[in-house]
Amino acid sequence: MLIIDCPWCGARPEIEFRYGGEAHIARPADPAAMSDQEWADFLYNRTNPKGLHAERWRHIHGCGRYFNAVRDTVSDFFVTTYKAGEPRPDIGESGK
Amino acid sequence: MQKFSGFELFRRALGGHKSWQPQWRNPEPKAEYDVIIVGAGGHGLAAAYYLAKEHGITRVAVIERGWLGGGNTGRNTTIVRSNYLFDESAALYEHAVKLWEGLSTDLNYNVMYSARGVLMLAHNHHDEISFKRHVHANRLNGVDNEWLSAEQVKEFCPPLNIRSMRYPIIGGALQRRGGTARHDAVAWGFARAADSRGVDIIQNCEVTGIRRGPGGAVEGVETSKGFIRAKKVGVSAAGHTSVVMAMAGVRMPLESYPLQALVSEPVKPAFPTVVMSNTIHAYISQSDKGEMVIGAGTDAYTSYSQRGALHVTTHTLDAICELVPQFRRLRMLRNWGGIVDVTPDRSPIIAKTPVPGLYVNCGWGTGGFKATPGSGNVFAHTIARDEPHKINAPFTLERFRDGFLIDEAAAAAVAH
Repeated sequence: MLIIDCPWCGARPEIEFRYGGEAHIARPADPAAMSDQEWADFLYNRTNPKGLHAERWRHIHGCGRYFNAVRDTVSDFFVTTYKAGEPRPDIGESGK
Repeated sequence: MQKFSGFELFRRALGGHKSWQPQWRNPEPKAEYDVIIVGAGGHGLAAAYYLAKEHGITRVAVIERGWLGGGNTGRNTTIVRSNYLFDESAALYEHAVKLWEGLSTDLNYNVMYSARGVLMLAHNHHDEISFKRHVHANRLNGVDNEWLSAEQVKEFCPPLNIRSMRYPIIGGALQRRGGTARHDAVAWGFARAADSRGVDIIQNCEVTGIRRGPGGAVEGVETSKGFIRAKKVGVSAAGHTSVVMAMAGVRMPLESYPLQALVSEPVKPAFPTVVMSNTIHAYISQSDKGEMVIGAGTDAYTSYSQRGALHVTTHTLDAICELVPQFRRLRMLRNWGGIVDVTPDRSPIIAKTPVPGLYVNCGWGTGGFKATPGSGNVFAHTIARDEPHKINAPFTLERFRDGFLIDEAAAAAVAH
């Protein structure tokens, strides 16, 4: 089980959290102006990287807040967690 | 190819079994092929086999980073069934089941397809109406599936506890032609049959890039054994599809999750069928070796680690212990994880891509093993003819753009 460091509550076990998928995907400001392909990209296409992944988590059985994390999807090691709304930290490709 | 038969077994036994040859070659890659398949799992090997057998394309290489059948083909719970809700899915999986039924003879290799039935349990009213809807939809599509009462469930699978549990069993849907097959034998059988038709299976060779020409079309793949030229490349890389497709600059509607399974110590035959329960999340069958094969759910997060958390497997074991109380005394022998590529609508993608000459077979998520022969068959057709077979025509990449999703929540039979 992963130990996840909620930026508000501190380190807690994974079962307190809900996964929220890839982070930093902003809903387009004007959906009607987009092509079908652009809208499909927003809705469905994901980076799904093998390596560092910026992703959302929600501390559903704790503070209830969303936050972001950078995790290495090969080792499941959490490089960092940060509050929602903050930019993705500038971390290289390997992260360790 | 040396033919396998009872007579051959007897004849070579007289010679002390010293005259058997390796079942496939281990060739170095040639400079050029007509078709390269990336990934020597069941689906990729099947595609190579059907390219050679049905389309006469034998200058084919299957390139594998590890060893053949060492990914999800060797990690799944070996269940075969076709009782899917939607017409598109039913046609695809039924195509596969029909091929399963004759596969051992076709490949001259015993894939141990055992039509012992797949029984999906209902624990509440919603399950009942949902399964009955499936039964009716399946009947319209010519797929066998029938509703059993709780007593009939007990009669069909006596080890089940149907009453004294938190969510008693109120009935079930049974597909009698469903069952299991031996997963390794499927990979080996397709590898041997493809190899004998001239297909090169190149193991321990990682694809590191996909080279595209000035017009954008595929020219070949960069590998750890050098550049290999081919005008057609079929990606059949399961959990790593996003990584391989990124080499050609294509973003995919996929996320890769760990899916865990586990087996018990081997015991005498004690469980006659495949049982699945969506509501309490469990599925279990007994292998011919005697192990109880149990599948857990996916872990919550995307990962390429090929392992998952213990709380996911114990959750499933809680359900197994309620369903089959005598299995509480079984010890679990091994558990492992595989990386499954999941699409937003839980249906696969077997299609051409925006890149000319690049084809993809992916998105099988948590339930791809059952489709192995059918998937390879229609993928081979798609590559050979540069257009989909009518069975896989709906399973495009463009369905996400155009809104024609095949929203098959039953894809895994259990919720993941």
